[in-house]
Amino acid sequence: MARDYILHKVRTALGRSAGQAPEEVPPARIAIPEIDFESRVRTFFSRIEELAGKTYRAESPEDARDYVARVTGGRSAVASNAPILAECGITGLAGVRYGFHGEPELREACSTAEFGITGADYALADTGSLVMLSSADEARMVSLLPPVHIAIVGKVRLLTGLDELFTVLPDPASQTSSMVVITGPSRTADIEQFLIRGVHGPGEIHVVLI
Amino acid sequence: MPAFPLVQIEETLSNDYLQNAVYTSTGRLIVKRKDLVSGAVLPEYQELRDQANRIKRHTIENLDYYLEQLESKVVERGGKVLWCRDGGEVVDFLVKLAAEKNTNLIVKSKSMVTEEFGMNERLAQHGLEPVETDLGEFIIQLAHEKPYHIVLPALHMTRYQVADLFTEKLGVEREEVIEKQTKIARAVLRQKFLHAGIGITGANFLVAESGAAVMATNEGNGRFTSTAPKVHVVIAGIEKLVPRAKDLATFLKLLARSATGQPLTVYTSFLSGPRRPNEIDGPEEFYLVLLDNGRTKLLADREKRQSLYCIRCGSCLNHCPVYRKIGGHNYPWVYSGPIGSIITPQYQGVMQSPWLPFASSLCGACAEVCPVKIEIPKLLLLLRSEVNKAKEKEHKNWLEHLIFRGWAWLMRHPKLFELGGMMGSAVLTAPESGGLIRNVLPFFRVGPLKAWIKERDLPPLPEKSFRQLWRERERTEKH
Repeated sequence: MARDYILHKVRTALGRSAGQAPEEVPPARIAIPEIDFESRVRTFFSRIEELAGKTYRAESPEDARDYVARVTGGRSAVASNAPILAECGITGLAGVRYGFHGEPELREACSTAEFGITGADYALADTGSLVMLSSADEARMVSLLPPVHIAIVGKVRLLTGLDELFTVLPDPASQTSSMVVITGPSRTADIEQFLIRGVHGPGEIHVVLI
Repeated sequence: MPAFPLVQIEETLSNDYLQNAVYTSTGRLIVKRKDLVSGAVLPEYQELRDQANRIKRHTIENLDYYLEQLESKVVERGGKVLWCRDGGEVVDFLVKLAAEKNTNLIVKSKSMVTEEFGMNERLAQHGLEPVETDLGEFIIQLAHEKPYHIVLPALHMTRYQVADLFTEKLGVEREEVIEKQTKIARAVLRQKFLHAGIGITGANFLVAESGAAVMATNEGNGRFTSTAPKVHVVIAGIEKLVPRAKDLATFLKLLARSATGQPLTVYTSFLSGPRRPNEIDGPEEFYLVLLDNGRTKLLADREKRQSLYCIRCGSCLNHCPVYRKIGGHNYPWVYSGPIGSIITPQYQGVMQSPWLPFASSLCGACAEVCPVKIEIPKLLLLLRSEVNKAKEKEHKNWLEHLIFRGWAWLMRHPKLFELGGMMGSAVLTAPESGGLIRNVLPFFRVGPLKAWIKERDLPPLPEKSFRQLWRERERTEKH
């Protein structure tokens, strides 16, 4: 059997035997910097903007809703089931479809919508990233299929960076089958190293921090 | 034994477009990386490299433990694990899976490991349609070529070649604008994504403790491949492990910086098992294929097993003066550049391409930029000595052997050695030499020395040898 064959070869090469405990694993290197909230926001926004993403700091849920209304202008959009979107009143905007719980309908809606609107489980200041965990609230396709992605992020979710993320969430697999860290719009430079945004994922990204 | 690909290399060297493309593309990556690892931006860069090296060493040296941990975690998350000794076993599995799922169409995101055994061609022989979805790989697949660079597979092609290719293979109107070419690929591939029954991805890392595969892409094709089809298959080499998710805080900071000069790639996916009961979308089945394909051979040697630390960032290619001249298609296997020069001989046997470890100036740039600190020059030297030992065994280097035997004999006979020197000096100090040996000795201008002597020369011998000067000095001191 291939499994036993490979494990046997590995053990022979390493001089180990089956069931032998591993040596002590070196400690993980985690360093979380102390950065006050305002500087975190500044870094977060400037990182996103460097990647040609759009940012908006909303004063209130209504303010966030109005920003989204200005961006979508009533055109077709799919909203995820994230509670923050209903709280802001975004699900009530013209053109927004929401409340998908079955895959075929969601796939159909996301294939034709111009905007995908989601929340975010976390945001990372030092790289300008959104962290999305797949769940009943957040389907994967909403932030993937439409050409424009709008994410509404509550300010308590803004972390300093990867080190803090893996401290808050030491094992993402315990919560979800899919975590994705999104840093800017989809891009490629595969032809003559010429930068193009929006290949398979959204070419435009808006991050609204409440 | 395939010969040194002299003709192909000369073609590359005289191809102005290619020389310029390779030089500028790698040059751009060098600059972008340098900015992002500088002390001002990432003061902990060297610490991160040390840590990455430490973690990789630990994982590789306890690999059997972590493989079993990974397997049990994937199963716990509802996934299935398949162990394969070689590419043939992977192909057999996929053919069976496709038949079971009643699908021919397979979407695939970029993976070097599947290039190792020419997976796409072999699946096509079984009537399946595997489609590469990374733009560069899509182009390469249409052109039936192999990747020119680990992270920039189509680096050698122009927009005009892409235009020809798209017109010929996709039947679209000729389009030379890169942005529009990308849109064409997007539209074609979007349909493939939505209709494929199986999605195949590689993995940048496998997290043992989580039973997860981690994948970094920029275009979103990796995300699509692992989201839309009902079945997701991850194919990864057994060396890709790290113990914990927390270790990614180290490796992710190094990977994209070293590869493309980005702090992080656009999408970093952390995938474990099929969709959970509460989740709305994602694959219904999840397979992890753990492939050996020669990796266990690399494990046996204490020094050389560090080749398995590689995270395939391609930084050593970008910084290699040899790669930057000869490009990616003159290496004998799918892995090019310095990393290719150390792993190819270990996978295929040193005598398969004995010249390969010698195709390096040993300048050390590769080791300096390697994010996991693989001692590439040291391994090149080890492999060189293995090549020489193997040649001695095969008695294939009779000429070199003879020359060195003769030289050793001469060195043991000082009188004869001196006589030879005096004769040489008498000829070579002749006035017509003009300070160059080739002007006096016409046989230097033919045969194997011709190319060498065309660009350089040996300094002429001095009038008096060291031994003569030494004797004269002893004489004067005595007086």
